[in-house]
Amino acid sequence: MLELLQMGKYGAYVWSSYGLAVALMAYVAFKPLFDKKTIFKELSMKYRREVNLANKAKEQEQL
Amino acid sequence: MYNAFFSLIKRDLRMAFRHKSEILNPLFFFVIVVTLFPLGISPDKHILAEIGPGIIWVAALLAAMLSLDSLFRSDYEDGTLELMLLSEHPLSVLVLAKIIVHWLVTGFPIIVFSPLLGTVMFLNGEAIETLMITLLLGTPILSLIGAIGMALVVALKRGGMLLSLLVLPLYIPVLIFSSNAVGSSMAGLSISGQLYFLAAFLIFCITLAPIATSAALRVSLE
Amino acid sequence: MNAVTKAKTNPVMKFIYHFASPKHFYRISGKLVPWFGWLAVILLIIGSIDGLFVAPVDYQQGDSYRIIFIHVPAAWMSMFIYMVMAVSGAIGLIWKIKLADVVASSSAPIGAAFTFLALVTGAIWGKPMWGAWWVWDARLTAELILLFLYLGFMALEAAIEDPRAAARACAILAIVGVVNIPIIHYSVEWWNTLHQGATVTKFDKPSIHISMLIPLLIMAVGFKLYYAAVVLVRARNKVLYAEQNNRWVKDLVKSGC
Repeated sequence: MLELLQMGKYGAYVWSSYGLAVALMAYVAFKPLFDKKTIFKELSMKYRREVNLANKAKEQEQL
Repeated sequence: MYNAFFSLIKRDLRMAFRHKSEILNPLFFFVIVVTLFPLGISPDKHILAEIGPGIIWVAALLAAMLSLDSLFRSDYEDGTLELMLLSEHPLSVLVLAKIIVHWLVTGFPIIVFSPLLGTVMFLNGEAIETLMITLLLGTPILSLIGAIGMALVVALKRGGMLLSLLVLPLYIPVLIFSSNAVGSSMAGLSISGQLYFLAAFLIFCITLAPIATSAALRVSLE
Repeated sequence: MNAVTKAKTNPVMKFIYHFASPKHFYRISGKLVPWFGWLAVILLIIGSIDGLFVAPVDYQQGDSYRIIFIHVPAAWMSMFIYMVMAVSGAIGLIWKIKLADVVASSSAPIGAAFTFLALVTGAIWGKPMWGAWWVWDARLTAELILLFLYLGFMALEAAIEDPRAAARACAILAIVGVVNIPIIHYSVEWWNTLHQGATVTKFDKPSIHISMLIPLLIMAVGFKLYYAAVVLVRARNKVLYAEQNNRWVKDLVKSGC
């Protein structure tokens, strides 16, 4: 098993390449997924603010 | 259309001669950059002759790029560019006129001064001749490709750095073939292949770059 | 009659415009992303295992050649994604389909990441093969210039504030770049054969053995699917943000998914 991982004498090179690929691709893939959550949060806050403002305007009108 | 083309050339040339610095500054820049290399590396004759073609060409590349600002900037600021967009003549033809003037004002003086710099870098007579031919074929390409980049960034306040990012990668083929041709002719090798490539690339750019530039101008001025 | 109005009377184009409407795109792409994503993960795992452990050792390069199962597909993707950017940019310019602009700008960082990956894995492969981290090999140099093109695209996009104008300017830049890429490649290769004597420059030999070709192709398809999934997720985010004042986005955000 260990021999399999050593890749002759090239283990460090091969594994660092694959490691970098996994890290980079995971980052590129998960970053927009987190961004989506932020956008949802941001938008829902914005919409709530808009509703609040509209309600306030209505109250003032009634007064 | 021809009338508009030639009157635009005349107008731009007159403007350029009124601001002499537009002609002189790129030339000074070119000479100064080339001078830096012997000081930075070594005054050794063999080393300089080896790296001379590349250095002269890199300096020409940078001088052409830094002078691009004069191509559209002042016309953008005083609204002339907008009038050009609205005129009945095809924009790409007008753009070509402006590019030709830009080359006459910045590229041509570089060609005139290049034998001097070739001598300073210890190039032999044949190499200097080749240097002038490659500059003659190559500097118009720099103006043509640069015009596309300049048209994309003309409306931006800090476009200078961005322009170099956009334009320099596209200049690479010209640099490779030109400096190699000069080096080869110094070694007494045939250079017809390199010159054919440069000529073909020049014709390619003359046909397509004005179209791309006018499309970019339309986007920038929207 | 301009291209847009002409296209809108054509039934096929009508369908495309309908399909490319942000709302439909958001709904359909949401269904596609998990498929692409999970298929990509499965193929990448299978391809890696096959490439790392099953494919035979190369008699010249030993085990170090196993890096090509990442390097070569990444290099392919770097070219492919730039092509996608130019084509979708052109579609956005001609037919004014906003979605095409979104795809182009969503693709750029992914393409840049693949270009970077191809460069670094090339350097890592080069260390034991050439004895140096960097050699001015034609492929690596061309890849480096491609990275510059990607960075220029992203810098231009960041510099222009209005997203519509940025998309159109970037589309022109991508088209100019795509026309230039073959010329740059040709000149770099020519330059390289002149200056570089005999070094091992072949990553992908034309006579690659079938047992090495299979993991390579699996990885290549895996990378493509990965790109499809990620570009859709990124494009969905952009669409959501751009359409934030529309009814359907409000409903979507309120329903919370």
